[in-house]
Amino acid sequence: MNSDIMIHIEGLSKSFGRKQVLDGLELDVMRGESMVVIGGSGTGKSVLIKHIIGLLKPDSGRIYVDGHDVLSLGEHDLGELRKKFGMLFQNAALFDSFSVWENVGFGLKQHTRLSSAEVRKVASEKLRMVGLAGIEDLMPSELSGGMRKRVGLARAIAMEPEVIFYDEPTTGLDPIMADVINELIVDLRKKLKVTSISITHDMASAYKIADRIAMLYKGRIIEVGTVDEIRNTSNEIVRQFITGSAVGPITMEVTRA
Amino acid sequence: MTSREPRKTVTLLCPVEYLGSLLIPSFSVVGGMIMMLCFTLRYIFTPPFYLRNIFKQMVEIGVNSMPVVLITASFTGAVLALQSHTAFKRFDAETLVGTVVALSMTRELGPVLTGLIVAGRAGAAMAAELGTMRVTEQIDALETLATNPVRYLVVPRFIGGMLMLPALTVLSDGIGIMGGFIVSTRVLGANPTTYMTRTWDFLEMEDIFHGLLKSFFFGAAIALISSYEGFASEGGAEGVGKATTRAVVLSSMAILISDYFLSAWLFK
Ligand SMILES: Nc1ncnc2c1ncn2[C@@H]1O[C@H](COP(=O)(O)OP(=O)(O)O)[C@@H](O)[C@H]1O
Ligand SMILES: [Mg+2]
Repeated sequence: MNSDIMIHIEGLSKSFGRKQVLDGLELDVMRGESMVVIGGSGTGKSVLIKHIIGLLKPDSGRIYVDGHDVLSLGEHDLGELRKKFGMLFQNAALFDSFSVWENVGFGLKQHTRLSSAEVRKVASEKLRMVGLAGIEDLMPSELSGGMRKRVGLARAIAMEPEVIFYDEPTTGLDPIMADVINELIVDLRKKLKVTSISITHDMASAYKIADRIAMLYKGRIIEVGTVDEIRNTSNEIVRQFITGSAVGPITMEVTRA
Repeated sequence: MTSREPRKTVTLLCPVEYLGSLLIPSFSVVGGMIMMLCFTLRYIFTPPFYLRNIFKQMVEIGVNSMPVVLITASFTGAVLALQSHTAFKRFDAETLVGTVVALSMTRELGPVLTGLIVAGRAGAAMAAELGTMRVTEQIDALETLATNPVRYLVVPRFIGGMLMLPALTVLSDGIGIMGGFIVSTRVLGANPTTYMTRTWDFLEMEDIFHGLLKSFFFGAAIALISSYEGFASEGGAEGVGKATTRAVVLSSMAILISDYFLSAWLFK
């Protein structure tokens, strides 16, 4: 396998009960690349990310990250691999029994020998990066949705991961804050050579942060291409999605469901 | 690369886990619990250990249950004295009231009542907290932060349950005997010295130890069942509510049913 490939997925299938969510999905993400996955709600974008990070087990298929077969790793090796990962959950998934800085510093506290004061310092720094200075001691329940998301983002980048998964990083943020987050994602890739997979509905954000864009539809990646290739696509389904049109091949599915 | 069989999702390091994995497809709760027990038992003895979490659970399960246990045990001891006094008076054996109270408390009522109280209090809290963490993806988040959720969440509850149930039971035994003593001597006019002599003469260390051994099992069962129900929750707030109910009902049933078999085995 090509060592420039960071994430390699082949034949990934997953169904929940009788519902087939992923159906032989194939995708490659290059080292240092920012891949954006687009697709309608409920098409399985979050499920895809959870497979790559090993939270869900597929019915069939293979997943390689940095040359490791994710599905055959034992507890210890999977843990080591995950230390190189950062994940922003769609709904942030903050620990509600911990304060903001303890959330951001959780990985550092578990996996480094830093003192509490040092962890707090790193957490504050990461919080500043996402535009949230001075909220270290608040509890997650005291935050707005957008703030929670940014705390989740700070937690995802706290361990300076090599691979970051962003599940809808800008959803629920105002346009200016969304752009701050876009800039941050672009920055992380440029400065730290982070590989990332982002899920988004927000095409402005997709165009800004993507090296390549992949569209998930009916359990498969139906098209992958650079931003320009996707903008000028001849695929009707992709065109309909990126222009946000109610008329097109996708409508049929929506009304039938 | 040719495609191959989907990997077995369960490692075969422990034969019981394999048994559990066979039961899972039939949606067997028991299979899932056996698997969780197997992992928990293995993790208890291997690092990393989360001492702060263990301490927190000991406080939550043990210290915070003390007021309810105190009240329940004292009144149980009291009513035992009252009832057995009435019965024993009919054949002039009132002096044995102390014995009956002590044996009933240490062998049965101490461990069982404490178990039921903790199932209702701490078991419900465990299922609700872990269930909420499950449906809000906090358990997934733990995993992505390279922290094993069973180690981090279940093991501390399991240890807390196993240690604190016997501790609460000792308390319950003592308070129950005191409750009986007070009612007998103050209300029913028994002689304090005779009462206490009768208590100590017939109460054997074995009675107390067997009661504690039972409570040790009850503590483990409550923690395991409640944690499992929490981890298995799905479907938002409603799912968490159902998991909490099931945790309390299953824990209580497990206590009452296993109590019979443990008693039959221990006291034969
Ligand atoms: N743990 C699960 N159990 C059952 N069904 C699930 C689970 N996770 C996701 N699904 C289903 O899979 C489909 C895809 O979900 P998801 O990946 O969250 O969609 P999205 O593309 O919006 O992120 C949905 O229909 C959802 O109901
Ligand atoms: Mg999603």
